[in-house]
Amino acid sequence: MEASDLLTDWSRAQFALTALYHWLFVPLTLGLTFIVAIMESIYVKTGDIWWKKTTKFWMSLLAINFAIGLATGIIMEFEFGTNWSNYSWIVGDIFGAPLAIEGLMAFFMESTFFAVMFFGWDKVSAKMHLTSTWLVAIGSNLSALWILIANGWMQHPVGMKFNPDTARNEMDNFAQVIFNPNAVSKFLHTVSGGYVMASLFVMGISAWYLLKKRDILFAKRSIIVSASFGLITSIFLIVSGDESAYNVAQTQPMKLAAMEGLYQGKTDAGIVAVGILNSKKEVDNNEEPFLFEIEIPEALSFLAYHSTAAYVPGIKDLVYGNKDKGILSVKEKMAQGKLAVNALRTYKDAKKINDTKTAQAALKVFEENQKYMGYGYLKNEKQAIPSVALSFYSFHTMVTLGSWFLLLFILALYFTLKEKLQNNKWLLYSMLFTIPLGYVAQETGWIVAEVGRQPWAIQDMLPVGMATSNVASSSVQVTFWLFAILFTGLLIAEVKIMLTQIKLGVNGESKDV
Amino acid sequence: MYNLYDLQQYWWLLVSVIGAFFVFMMFVQGGQTLLNTIAKNEDEKDLIINSLGRKWEIGFSSLVMFGGALFAAFPLFYAVSFGGAYYVWMAILFCFIIQAVSYEYRKKPNNFFGQIFYEKLLFINGSLGIFLIGVALGTLFTGGNFEVNDMNLSHWTNPYYGLEALLNPFNVVFGLVLVFLSRIQALLYFYNSLDNEVIHKRIISILKREFSIFLPFFLLFVVSLLLLNGYSFDPNTNKIYIQSYKFLNNFLQTPILLITILLGVVLFLYAIYNTLAKKQSNSIWFLGIGTIMIVTSIMMSLGVNYTVIYPSISNIQSSLTIVNSSGSLYTLEVMSVVSLLVPVVLGYIIVVWRSMDKTKLSIDEVKSDHHHY
Repeated sequence: MEASDLLTDWSRAQFALTALYHWLFVPLTLGLTFIVAIMESIYVKTGDIWWKKTTKFWMSLLAINFAIGLATGIIMEFEFGTNWSNYSWIVGDIFGAPLAIEGLMAFFMESTFFAVMFFGWDKVSAKMHLTSTWLVAIGSNLSALWILIANGWMQHPVGMKFNPDTARNEMDNFAQVIFNPNAVSKFLHTVSGGYVMASLFVMGISAWYLLKKRDILFAKRSIIVSASFGLITSIFLIVSGDESAYNVAQTQPMKLAAMEGLYQGKTDAGIVAVGILNSKKEVDNNEEPFLFEIEIPEALSFLAYHSTAAYVPGIKDLVYGNKDKGILSVKEKMAQGKLAVNALRTYKDAKKINDTKTAQAALKVFEENQKYMGYGYLKNEKQAIPSVALSFYSFHTMVTLGSWFLLLFILALYFTLKEKLQNNKWLLYSMLFTIPLGYVAQETGWIVAEVGRQPWAIQDMLPVGMATSNVASSSVQVTFWLFAILFTGLLIAEVKIMLTQIKLGVNGESKDV
Repeated sequence: MYNLYDLQQYWWLLVSVIGAFFVFMMFVQGGQTLLNTIAKNEDEKDLIINSLGRKWEIGFSSLVMFGGALFAAFPLFYAVSFGGAYYVWMAILFCFIIQAVSYEYRKKPNNFFGQIFYEKLLFINGSLGIFLIGVALGTLFTGGNFEVNDMNLSHWTNPYYGLEALLNPFNVVFGLVLVFLSRIQALLYFYNSLDNEVIHKRIISILKREFSIFLPFFLLFVVSLLLLNGYSFDPNTNKIYIQSYKFLNNFLQTPILLITILLGVVLFLYAIYNTLAKKQSNSIWFLGIGTIMIVTSIMMSLGVNYTVIYPSISNIQSSLTIVNSSGSLYTLEVMSVVSLLVPVVLGYIIVVWRSMDKTKLSIDEVKSDHHHY
């Protein structure tokens, strides 16, 4: 393996590690802040001290989660500089703005009102306290909004132009960056995923109390709030997921093909409901893609293009091209990309010696081929294919679990309203054991989003290999293992503290009520 | 009405102010290093931790904001410094990661590592973390070992990735100044926010010692800065050259900077006098405003008079300026509109701070609080 490939792999591994750890905590914060805000609103409206007690208990778990979310989060912003410095220059003019706005609009709101939320019960009025709780929830979600605008832009870059003099992309339309359809659907899907995660968390822990026959009233109330919130947001999750998949089909067809293990494009394409991929399958052999599959006919065409008869390109079409469908091959794009890369080099050299004529000619060539400049950095056409297995299994795991969560919320609400939940042990156990499944769904969702778009740091524009910092891969290995040890240690501490607080229960924490 | 250079200067000013606010918030870190010096029993330790615990997140957000503003306004600086001085920035980040959990987990039952471990993490964050930030900021004046090519892609020219900055005395003194400054700020913060006479008496005697350590380091730093050879760029050719007494000239040729830093020093000294001689608890505000004025002036001395903001020791022409490292005109315009929110943010921080601190924190209050750290 070449040194540059090793550096890219370790840089990716470190980013993946820190992002996966960070995402263990963020969804719970996104949703739980709203759930405690709802609970506190009920308390303020009814004056019922039990709701205050319930709010405080879930707030104490939120604080434990929030702290480690911050700890794992600070590194994410700075890693763009430390490990992806070429990226930071080439697209920093666009990408840096949402990150800075996130800091200004969201982080200060969260951190300022967080202190009131936890320590201000007796220092400010009830309404001021409730406002602070809502502002923490809004601040957390605003933070998600801006970071997902940034991420959505990486998946579908808009609102910018390349400046050959500075050799970077520069923003020319902020509105396009903000209202990028990919970013909007990604934000809605991600935050609703967080709400569902928090609902599963509250519901599952409450189920444990019911199984232990303790804190019954507290647990039932928590289940009503969380199952209602979970049911509403699950529906929203499915709708936004559909929108997200539609956007992927329009802007990242290779990702969609990998998510479905679709090698040969077709009309009336179906979705694989259940399937096992054939590990021998490559884009250039004739092996069957699946060892076993059950397909829902025409569903993929409908999902991707809202028409059952629509043509969905497969991996083969996207790699080798399909003239009938107007799809260029990766080789053709690579050829154009190399022209653009070389023309840019010529332009820069000519400018240095004030050779205006050569510079203008090179600029013309560059502009004609610039669209595929990113492909100019690929070494071979197969590099354009992401990991099909990881994308396929992650996507299907996420979708299956999402469907299960919806069913679980319906059942939980039905049996609670019928007052039969307490005796329904299988359902209570299901609620409890679905908590880890929520985390699995969260992580697999991000794996689909990020693995599915490889090899691109910026879709079609900048491959990950070009985006790294020019540091030694051994330096990245050192920090990778330090992060792995530190975050694992903190995770163990977090889980132990959380479990102890849950065992202490609502009365163990709230001494003053 | 304005040109790109105006916006570049405006954004360097904003970065300087945010950086200065972050330095003010370092009283949290300073307090962490003084935990076992001020507190003599468990109740007092809890009081100190809970007082800082209500403010640490604002400091944390300031650091993130400082990074975010640099990324958005000066992406080449962000890329070159963070991607090059890799070990230093990573060490700083590790020091801040450990702060975030320590407050919440320190006293929680079954916290895996034990209370002392988390207190040690807070000490590391307050001492090593702040010292390294000082060292990193020092390199804005003394330079780094990097090169930037004509595509504006950069690399570090030695395998130490920023650790070599620790060998430069100016950087080390800058780091030590920040460490002792943060401790002095913490003492005045505690004097203002804690309802505890015993601790107040201890603070007075510790403050005398800390100030006597801080002062020589600060004077050494100021003298070194004024005598330092700086880097300038020609606005027409963008060629970079070394200039003797660059920062002394910058202050003399930019009266507003000179006045600001002198006023800042006066406020700072008044705050110390106000505490030691008059036992006034409001001194933290004089000290805080003074600190913000001093740090803003020092940072801003890089952004005026065609000064280089990050010199390259390896290749002087690779040095970064606010001109060659900034975002585009459009991005700076958009971000400048967004920056109008800064007063709003400052406004609600002040309102919340006042309402949370209107009564001083006591040991009894900490004990009765359901969510104490």
